[in-house]
Amino acid sequence: MTRYIMTADLRRCIGCQTCTAACRQANATPPTVQWRTVLDVESGEFPDVRRSFVPTGCQHCASPPCMHVCPTTATHQRDDGLVAIDYDKCIGCGYCAVACPYQARYITHRAEFAYGAAMESETARSDERRLSVATKCSFCMDRVDAAKENGLTPGLDPEVTPACVNSCIAGALAFGDNDDADSNVSQILATTQHFRMHQELGTHPGFYYIWDKK
Amino acid sequence: MRVAPWHQTNWDARAAGNFIGGGSGSGLLICAGLAQLYHPGASYRLSAALALVLAVLGLICVLAEIGRPWRSLNVLRHPQTSWMTREAIIAPFLFAAGAAAVLAGGGVAVVLASLLAASYLYCQARMLQASSGIPAWRHPKTIPLMLSTGIVEGAGLAALLSLASGEKPPLLTWLLLAALFARRISWKRYIEALETDGAPRLALTALRGLRGPLENYGQTLPELLLLIAIVFGTEKAWPVALAALVGVASGWVLKLTLVTRAAYNQGFALPVLPIRGQGEVLPGVKPGWNK
Repeated sequence: MTRYIMTADLRRCIGCQTCTAACRQANATPPTVQWRTVLDVESGEFPDVRRSFVPTGCQHCASPPCMHVCPTTATHQRDDGLVAIDYDKCIGCGYCAVACPYQARYITHRAEFAYGAAMESETARSDERRLSVATKCSFCMDRVDAAKENGLTPGLDPEVTPACVNSCIAGALAFGDNDDADSNVSQILATTQHFRMHQELGTHPGFYYIWDKK
Repeated sequence: MRVAPWHQTNWDARAAGNFIGGGSGSGLLICAGLAQLYHPGASYRLSAALALVLAVLGLICVLAEIGRPWRSLNVLRHPQTSWMTREAIIAPFLFAAGAAAVLAGGGVAVVLASLLAASYLYCQARMLQASSGIPAWRHPKTIPLMLSTGIVEGAGLAALLSLASGEKPPLLTWLLLAALFARRISWKRYIEALETDGAPRLALTALRGLRGPLENYGQTLPELLLLIAIVFGTEKAWPVALAALVGVASGWVLKLTLVTRAAYNQGFALPVLPIRGQGEVLPGVKPGWNK
């Protein structure tokens, strides 16, 4: 079996938002939509204050509440663990958006572009089927799917790795198969301390946050 | 992007309209059906017809909210786990049985319509509670709250229509009183559980703002009016009518507040902060929560 996951090393992330920009460019999302975003979390009290940068987005949960509530089966889970949306089935009811505890889903009703008129890259990648339906991070599953045809490994070969991971200048983000004990992400998780967000809700997210060495 | 919970905008007053119309309509069909079985009266047909109109209005609210309404039949595809699908599957049977009950005015059709209305109401309660991203909705105590307020609204409307038809509704008076007590208990348990188990502070602020008016004017006032009517006889209809009106209106305000003003999302949290260099382990953060 295959279970694709993403890891984010919070010790490394510097909050540069390059992953956000790479995602926007790769997926031509509208200006108000950020499938990959980086939170700027301030904590503590002066003078002992901290800032933590936390990449987030769809967590591709093993038990996704969005999929359970979806009345149309548009949201479904693939064999490799990725949670996908069939834009032709979705009715845009927003039930998945209120069921997602990670605020990862967006519904936009009009085609909007970064600078008014669509740029060439936006025209090439925008998809009218995404209007008035739910959208979210797909872990760039079109790239992941290309791995089988090309004999490449997602997470190691950039051509078949999510755009955000490729772009991360700090090497904070990693992607790979958690069911493969030798994979990059399995090795990362074996040597670090990590958590998953909102685990208490029973969603079993596929997004791991690394906070210290073992 | 914000870190602390913020007000979700995917479901707005139109979604609340579905819970108001569907809840009141199904509650009315249940309560009017019960009253009809024990004390047959001419107002049943009117009640059942109004119940169906309310449920239809609720569904129209949903149609007005969804992005691709012409694909709305896709809603029937996921009965395995989706309460929205289950509600949608019950709806046509509810309307068919309801229409039959309006025509027949008694018998099996009334029982069937009431049972389907109970299923519809239950689906609505579970649908709201399955919204895991909204802490004020996902608490298990949302279910009895939604069920009890649906029955209050239904009993209130049935009593009003019964009075308007010149009937004396002793069963509906008792039913309304019992439903009000049930809602009082379920509301108290819901709000206290939310405070204890933790919720976004702004959601709690919205619900605390409702607590006084709801408990004083939406609960105590109609309960007292009904007790007066029961103690002093139901010859004078105004205490029951006023209690019914207040019970219905307070239920609608409760649902509107819950679905719109209290609808803050989960936000984000870190159970532990990342270690940098030789830094020590610091406790995590959960901005915007009461605990």
